[in-house]
Amino acid sequence: MEKNDGNAARVDMQVDIAGVKLKNPVMEASGTFGSGAEYSEFVDLNRLGAVVTKGVANVPWPGNPTPRIAETWGGMLNAIGLQNPGIDVFARRDIPFLKQYDTKIVVNVCGKTPEDYVEVVERLGDEPVDLLEINISCPNVKEGGIAFGQDPKAVEKITRLCKAHARQPVIMKLSPNVTDITVMAKAAEAGGADAISLINTLTGMKIDVERRTFALANKTGGLSGPAIKPVAVRMVYQVSGAVKVPIIGMGGIWTAEDALEFILAGATAVAVGTANFHDPYATVKVIDEIRAYMERHGVQDIRSLIGAVR
Amino acid sequence: MAKGKETAQVISQERLAKDIYSMWIRSEKIAAWAVPGQFIDVYTKDNARLLPRPISLCEIDREEGRLRIVYRVAGKGTEEFSRYQAKEEIDILGPLGNGFPLEAAEGKRVFLIGGGIGIPPMLAAAEQIKGEKTAILGYRDGPLFLKEAFAAQGPVYVATEDGSAGTRGNVLDAIREEGLKADLIFACGPTPMLRAIKAYAQEKGTLCYLSLEERMACGIGACLACVCQSKEIDGHSHVHNKRVCKDGPVFRAEEVEL
Repeated sequence: MEKNDGNAARVDMQVDIAGVKLKNPVMEASGTFGSGAEYSEFVDLNRLGAVVTKGVANVPWPGNPTPRIAETWGGMLNAIGLQNPGIDVFARRDIPFLKQYDTKIVVNVCGKTPEDYVEVVERLGDEPVDLLEINISCPNVKEGGIAFGQDPKAVEKITRLCKAHARQPVIMKLSPNVTDITVMAKAAEAGGADAISLINTLTGMKIDVERRTFALANKTGGLSGPAIKPVAVRMVYQVSGAVKVPIIGMGGIWTAEDALEFILAGATAVAVGTANFHDPYATVKVIDEIRAYMERHGVQDIRSLIGAVR
Repeated sequence: MAKGKETAQVISQERLAKDIYSMWIRSEKIAAWAVPGQFIDVYTKDNARLLPRPISLCEIDREEGRLRIVYRVAGKGTEEFSRYQAKEEIDILGPLGNGFPLEAAEGKRVFLIGGGIGIPPMLAAAEQIKGEKTAILGYRDGPLFLKEAFAAQGPVYVATEDGSAGTRGNVLDAIREEGLKADLIFACGPTPMLRAIKAYAQEKGTLCYLSLEERMACGIGACLACVCQSKEIDGHSHVHNKRVCKDGPVFRAEEVEL
């Protein structure tokens, strides 16, 4: 399967997130890939640096009414509302599925109350997962989600709480729907975050003028896709200058060129999200193209690219 | 189930009615794998429109390795498709979803009911069901696209909202007016029609399968955009949401709340 096995020794794509070694810096963004089962019919999950699961809560969540998505220029809005089966089914079904593969497992954790987060984080302590990504940035649920991510005191508090109960390193996933992203990143770092991932989706709206109604039943949704990439790259750049913890960058990554922008701006790893909907093979294409870029430019160690543009 | 993404070639394109187009596509793989009721995702060439358009298969020609889609121009993406001519290359993903359970039709009198742009997938079913089958097609008005193709497969009854052809009214009005009877119903069309058919099937105690539609993103069951309400707890999220793209689009009528 590894197309470039012959060259494997020449370029080193390994990166380290809080002591967890990823074979390459490419994962996929939470919510765009389920727990990997559906995409495993298209891509070899062994090739990914990590699989990031869709958000998991303490109990099953039904999500929002439909329509849940709408296409926009160069992007899409979603208001899925974190539909998920809850930690019991997830732990019984999805973790054993992912353990069949030689990749790292990042579990995205969501909750409505601090106690919800703690319950899931504690349950995951006994599970063979590598990293926890705490979702304090979903714009599509009324309680929890973004409410924890738009006030620095709340960010620091929920981070500290999750850290106190977590056995695995904790990634805090930040919302771009704030005035100054560096304030939130510093708050997460102050709370003990081992890494930061950004950006979650930007809150948006689309109106169907023919029907004179909202395109989404939820009225608003999270904007993702290439349309948001420049915002995301800017925020990764700002955050990388503000904190010392590693950053996982995401927001509209379609190609290796996009991924490399994030890495050069300061991301240690990157996540491919909405592109999966356009091309189920997007993740592995990005990996292959990053390798080709490194060969073309004589870059032996991908770490030499992290934050190389200041 | 086998599925894949490939670059396929358009064989021909034809306008059947206002905003209704028919396209034949060369795809030996998908034609070999597909069953009636399944759909393909079709990608636009404009990268500003990044989501694939799910379109049901109207005909599956395994021998010639080709597929037919009959679709409505509903926006800029499908408008782009309607301009493709022979030899144009397009990216498609499929076959996706679960089709109609054709084995259930053996030895039964089957209704194949299509309403509007729900008519095309019923043709694929008509072509593969060997036994006694009756097509009931509902149109808003003329022209009665695909009616002749159905006629080649068996009896066809038509309902039109404007009364310009067949029974004035909907497909159930046609069934009642003509005194038609069936042991099994396969149907695809707008939700109000499916809701009425579900009630009719319940009243008659007839086994009924409905093909649903919803806005989709991934098309393969990962993103959870296209859920419908299900009677039972679903297998994926353990709530009451079945995924139209993956668990459907064809469901037992009792499975779903419409």
